[in-house]
This record gives sequence, structure tokens and C-alpha cells, in this order.
Amino acid sequence: MSILKRFWPAFLGILSLLGLWQALVVITGVPGYVLPSPLAVMQAFAAHQQLLWHHAGITVIEIVAGLLIGCLSGLGTALALARFHGLRRTLLPILLISQAVPLFALAPILMLWLGYGMTAKIVMATLIIYFPVASTCYDGLRQTPQGWLDLAQTLGANRRRRLLRIQLPAALPALASGMRMAASAAPIGAVIGEWVGSSQGLGYLMLDANARMQVDLMFAALLILVTFGVALYFTTDAVMRRLMPWHEDRTGATS
Amino acid sequence: MTSLGFSLSQARLAFSGQWLFDGLSADFAPGSWTGLLGRSGSGKSSLLRMIADLPIPDTHDLALSTGDQRPLAGRLAWMAQQDQLLPWRKVIDNVLLGPALRGRPTAAQRQRAMALLDDVGLSDKAEQWPKTLSGGQRQRVALARTLFEDAPVVLMDEPFSAVDAITRLELHELAARLLAGRTVLLVTHDPLEALRLSDHILILGGQPASLRDFEVPDGQRPRALDAPDVQRMQSQLVARLHAPHGDPEGSVS
Repeated sequence: MSILKRFWPAFLGILSLLGLWQALVVITGVPGYVLPSPLAVMQAFAAHQQLLWHHAGITVIEIVAGLLIGCLSGLGTALALARFHGLRRTLLPILLISQAVPLFALAPILMLWLGYGMTAKIVMATLIIYFPVASTCYDGLRQTPQGWLDLAQTLGANRRRRLLRIQLPAALPALASGMRMAASAAPIGAVIGEWVGSSQGLGYLMLDANARMQVDLMFAALLILVTFGVALYFTTDAVMRRLMPWHEDRTGATS
Repeated sequence: MTSLGFSLSQARLAFSGQWLFDGLSADFAPGSWTGLLGRSGSGKSSLLRMIADLPIPDTHDLALSTGDQRPLAGRLAWMAQQDQLLPWRKVIDNVLLGPALRGRPTAAQRQRAMALLDDVGLSDKAEQWPKTLSGGQRQRVALARTLFEDAPVVLMDEPFSAVDAITRLELHELAARLLAGRTVLLVTHDPLEALRLSDHILILGGQPASLRDFEVPDGQRPRALDAPDVQRMQSQLVARLHAPHGDPEGSVS
């Protein structure tokens, strides 16, 4: 009931966009292999359900695995950088350079090294989110208010406890935006990986459907990707909120 | 806890290449309260940070000695202008921050934290998030956290300046009662606060800055607001802060 109340403007917006799309197709009479109508997409979705779910399963595993590994290693890197000063001069430049390598260019090499299976795609998804997560977390860890650090020092905290009990929780809001960003970037990595070379997954299915002019099937695959992307974003958001019951912007969000 | 006096000497601080002060010294008797006043930029907050061995960006130097010849480090409590409550710890866990940062709080420590919250009148808020508290309540939690450390020396940097005037007066009473017996150094902007709470008043000012004494009213702290001495000396103290240093006759024009 309350969900309906809260989201009906969004539903209305999406519905009118779909209506506009359908009207455009009907009025212009554009052929289905260029732009299928929303109804045609739904029909393709229903007709190819089994095929779609099979490939979606593969892609979802790649995305979730990439997301987990990327976030954990990004967070680990940030913590290590904050804890060990000596690491900064070595690791920070490498991180920066690695970020400048275009991942698209890297994809074929990854296929060459890791083969056409899932591993290469998981690595792609991991790589695409690793650096942004590491850098937002590290920034968050460095920007602890001085007053809290003063307090930690006068209370006799050692570096490890100061990091885990003061700096890390203080960085959680920054970390949350890093995670949300990662949740929307991870599918890009997986799909790019599938485009470059694979025999399974939604990216592969879309490329294949494109070659066969099955544009309606492409859109159906896209629909799954979008739905999953949105679900992933909100799940990440909910998890981060659970971790921060004290955080300010939660108070008003229960309406 | 036994009272502990300390003294500082050869304190110096550079600010953009110049000594803001050089060769400062002061004594703080066991259990005495000292109010440290001075205009903005006089370096009084920096001096306090130097005593607490907290980082400051400018070149500085300080020699500390204590009544029992052991280091002061680890035996002082710090209270800042902002309450510095951690928003992700419940009120009780903020009081227990010290033990949590040194290890794991015990049940006995938890009980003691509860008792301290009771002392500051907030035992019913123990399980709440700090964001639900008012400014005065938050500062009282900070006071409980300071008390938990049971340190003989308490350094306070304008601890009551972020709350409204009435709350500030209430906090004076509470702090004077609960921190009795400790050696307190209180940096403040508020002449009235210094006159109510101090056994000694030091004024930091001049070029280069030096520490000057200012007499305090008779009577026990916290002194009543309406004591004639407090009122009279407040205007004198304001005049002293306003005047160039070393000119006690200077007046507000």
C-alpha cells in the first residue's frame, strides 16, 4: 500500500514513456527489425523465456561475483593504504596508472589469458569497479574529522583500533556511495566481457540476436539487464543503510 | 584518583615564520582550575594542544613536568568545543569509547558508564543514537566520557561555547561538581565562564604573547552569577582583553 503510494509517480512516468514508444512505432510504421514495439518485446520475452533465463543466470553470477570481489579488494586496498604509510608511494601511482588503462582494450587480452569462460568476465567486472571503490574508500578513510582523531589519541588508541573503530565507520557514508557506484558499473564489465568473446550470457545473446536481426529479443535481454541493475542498486543501498542505522539521511526515508 | 599538578616551561610556537610566543611558563597546582583567555589567534588553543601532545601544523616546543615526575601522557582527558560524539555509537557506547579504543569494555566498565550517565542526568538516553540528543545533552555525554577516563588532568578547549547561554550556565554547575579535585585547564572566550569556574585566570596576549595573571573573585566555584565581584570583574576582564597587553589601565572606548 505505502509502496504503491510512494512509487506511483515513477510507475506513471514509465508507463507513459512505454505508451509513447508504442505510439511512435504504430504511427511511423517503422519495421520491427529496426525498432520493435514494447508489445513485440514482451512477446519475444514470453516466447524465449527459457533461453533468456539461462543466459541471464550466467551474467548475474558474473556480475555478483565481480561486485563482491571488486568491493572487498577495493576496501582491503583502501584499509591497507590508510594503515601503512609506506605503501602509499608505491601503490597509489600504480593504482592511478591502472585506472588510465582502457578496460575495453584490455578485454581481448583477458580472453586470451583466461579463456572464453566466466573467469574473464568476472575479472572484467572486478577491474571496472576495483579502482573507484578503492579510491572512494581511501578518500573516506583519510577525511576523518580532526576532532575524532584528537579524541582517539588522547584516549590512547593504537593505529589499528583507530582505523577500525573511528576511521572506518566515519568513512561508511563515502564507502556507501562507492558501493552504489560499483553496483551500477559491474554489469558494464560483465557485458563488455561477453561481447568480446563468449558463448553464454546476456551480452552474448544480444550480440547473437543482433546478427540475426532479432531486435525484439535484444530488447528483451536488455530489459532483464536493466531490471537486474536496478535491483542490484537498491539491494546495495539497503545493505549500506542497514550498516548505518545512525546515519542522518535515514531518519526521513521511512515515510 | 589523586590530584596531580603540572607545570610547563619554554613553550614556544611559531606562526608563519614568527614566534607567536616564546619562553612561556606556567604552573598548575594539583586540583586547581585555571581559565586561559586571550583573543582569537593568540595561540591559546594551540598551547592547549601542545600540552595534550596533539598535532599542530606550526613549529612548536614545550617542556612539561608533573608533580610526581612521571609523564603526563595517558593521564589527561581532552574535551573539545564540539562534543565529538561518534554518531555510530549509542550514547552509552560513546561514554565507553576510551576502553573500546584500548581493548574491549568489561561489564564493570559498562556499569560505571551507566552510573556516570546517571550523574549527568541522561541514564534514560543510554541506548539512543547521539543524533536524537540536544546540544546540551550531547555536551553532557561528552562530559561523562571525559569523567570515565578518571584522569587527574583535564584539558578543555571552549567546551561550552557551542550551547545556548542558559544551558552553558547549567553545564558550569555540573562540570564544577563532577570534575572537582581534578586539575583543569580551561581555554575559553567567555570572561564570565572564566570568572565563575577558575581559581586562576591567565591571559595570553601581546607581541610576542606572554601569560599574565588576572585576579579572580573570592568564593567557591562555580561562583554565583549575581555575586557583585563577578559582575564587576567581568567588565575589568573584558577591558583587559581589549587593551594592549601590559596595560592594565586600558579601557574599552
